[in-house]
Amino acid sequence: MKTSTTARIGLRTVALGYLVLLIAVPIVLILWRTFGEGVGAFVDSIRTPAAISALNLSLLIVAIVVPLNVVFGVGTALALVRGRFRGRGLVQAVVDLPFAVSPIVVGVSLILLWGVDGWFGGLERLGIKVIFGLPGMVIATLFVTLPFVVREVEPVLHEIGTEQEQAASTLGASTWQTFWRITLPAIRWGLTYGVVLTIARALGEFGAVIMVSSGFPGVSQTLTLLVHSRYIDDHNTYGAYAAATLLMGLAVLTLLGMTALDRKRSKT
Amino acid sequence: MISVIGARRSYGDFAALDDVTLDIPAGSLTALLGPSGSGKSTLLRSIAGLEQLDGGRIVIAGRDVTGVAPQKRGIGFVFQHYAAFKHMTVRDNVAFGLTIRKRPKAEISRKVDDLLEIVGLDGFQHRYPAQLSGGQRQRMALARALAVDPEVLLLDEPFGALDAKVRADLRQWLRRLHDEVHVTTVLVTHDQEEALDVADRIAVLNKGRIEQVGDPVTLYDRPANDFVMSFLGSVARLGGALVRPHDIALDRDLERARAADARVGGSPGVIEAVVERVVRLGFEVRIDLRADSGTRFAAQVTRAEADALGLVEGETVYARATTGPDAAEIHPALAI
Repeated sequence: MKTSTTARIGLRTVALGYLVLLIAVPIVLILWRTFGEGVGAFVDSIRTPAAISALNLSLLIVAIVVPLNVVFGVGTALALVRGRFRGRGLVQAVVDLPFAVSPIVVGVSLILLWGVDGWFGGLERLGIKVIFGLPGMVIATLFVTLPFVVREVEPVLHEIGTEQEQAASTLGASTWQTFWRITLPAIRWGLTYGVVLTIARALGEFGAVIMVSSGFPGVSQTLTLLVHSRYIDDHNTYGAYAAATLLMGLAVLTLLGMTALDRKRSKT
Repeated sequence: MISVIGARRSYGDFAALDDVTLDIPAGSLTALLGPSGSGKSTLLRSIAGLEQLDGGRIVIAGRDVTGVAPQKRGIGFVFQHYAAFKHMTVRDNVAFGLTIRKRPKAEISRKVDDLLEIVGLDGFQHRYPAQLSGGQRQRMALARALAVDPEVLLLDEPFGALDAKVRADLRQWLRRLHDEVHVTTVLVTHDQEEALDVADRIAVLNKGRIEQVGDPVTLYDRPANDFVMSFLGSVARLGGALVRPHDIALDRDLERARAADARVGGSPGVIEAVVERVVRLGFEVRIDLRADSGTRFAAQVTRAEADALGLVEGETVYARATTGPDAAEIHPALAI
């Protein structure tokens, strides 16, 4: 197809303008506001006890959620690809549910289940605080990040098939040895992408977490909750910008990590 | 020696193996030959333990392995699509079975180098499978299977994914390798030429049953039935009988043809036919004919014979089978 030069340039301008307006301008604005008052002010703002605690809590949640998602995500993907059981279609749908359900609904339903009056409310009376405690935030984050590892690993498992595993078994490898030496290395890239997406989503989760967190600064605020409370409750707009920049910085690091791995992958 | 005794396996209504009994002598190179869906791959995978039988037994070197896991059967298996471990180098691929068995490093290293030399991949130790051609990958897979000193070597259409030239080369190479290594080898193929070329015994399968077992010459010359005859090489239908195209003699003279035919007992007789086409295929000449009954068949003659006959299209000739009474006796179809 032949397109005239003006039409081509026009199309590019529209596409670029769209990206700039929707993504670049807001990000640049925040960066500009954050560093407009100097790097020192930014560093001070993210070194308050509340900010450090929020960063630590966000990273702690990531550190708990990622291994759980890896183990159960790979297990679920294996069951979905290799298993021949009834209700596979149902499991497929359930895995996609977190994509469809609004995080705030997740938060509400978790309170219904784990809250004092919920089915598992008995735990609260035993002194295990799920809602308004760390376990609640972890469960909420697990819920919203559940599909990523499964959905990234599943197509890779389909693609590699079972022949390599069968070959390993004829060469004397046990099921466990085959998993560690053949299956896991073969799915490592899919798993890596799943982990990166999980980290990014876990860091950025807000709706589900705000419902189940007690939201005390320095105790139970994640970075996203810190941005929110600084802006809404404290009217500390600069502090909110600084915390947002920190959050964005973590996301960029995650993306950079993914790009670096991608480079390494295309070399082998 | 491998013994398969009364093996049965069904997938739903489809019987992949229907009471198969087969002995594979130690040190032989046996081909399981049949069309797709004949059960040949299922039979091989059952010997390996990659498929479970519904009934029957598998005995390898005197040990009943029917319920034994593939890991403990003492087999080497080569897949059609290589099943190379993509994230490992050639060296690590070949060493896999030995590494699993926790052999000393020096022993592994020596054995892998020896095997890579045998399969002609010396110097490729540090390559990845993606950097090898299909033929090289399959030779690597063979080295990997041989590394664990298997009791039997099982090959599932090992050359099926390769192009014709490489396939023919690897076939010769496998034959020589087998003469050196002497491991009992079973090869699954749907290619009759491959089976005739490489195997010293052939088992022909059809619809989950064994049709005939024997050496290539016996199967070719004395097929037990029409299926075996038409599956091993081309056939022509001459007066209701199946004849190999190169066993058809043509003559322009009816009396002479009849006299020659009378000396061959139990032949299908002399058939009058019209030459439709003369095709020169290098040394051979194929003559497409139409019998007066309307059925078409082809005769295969040498170039010298064709030149002596000097046939042209549209001419009438007299065709007869040159196979002797011996063959007719073995293959009743010839006696009609």
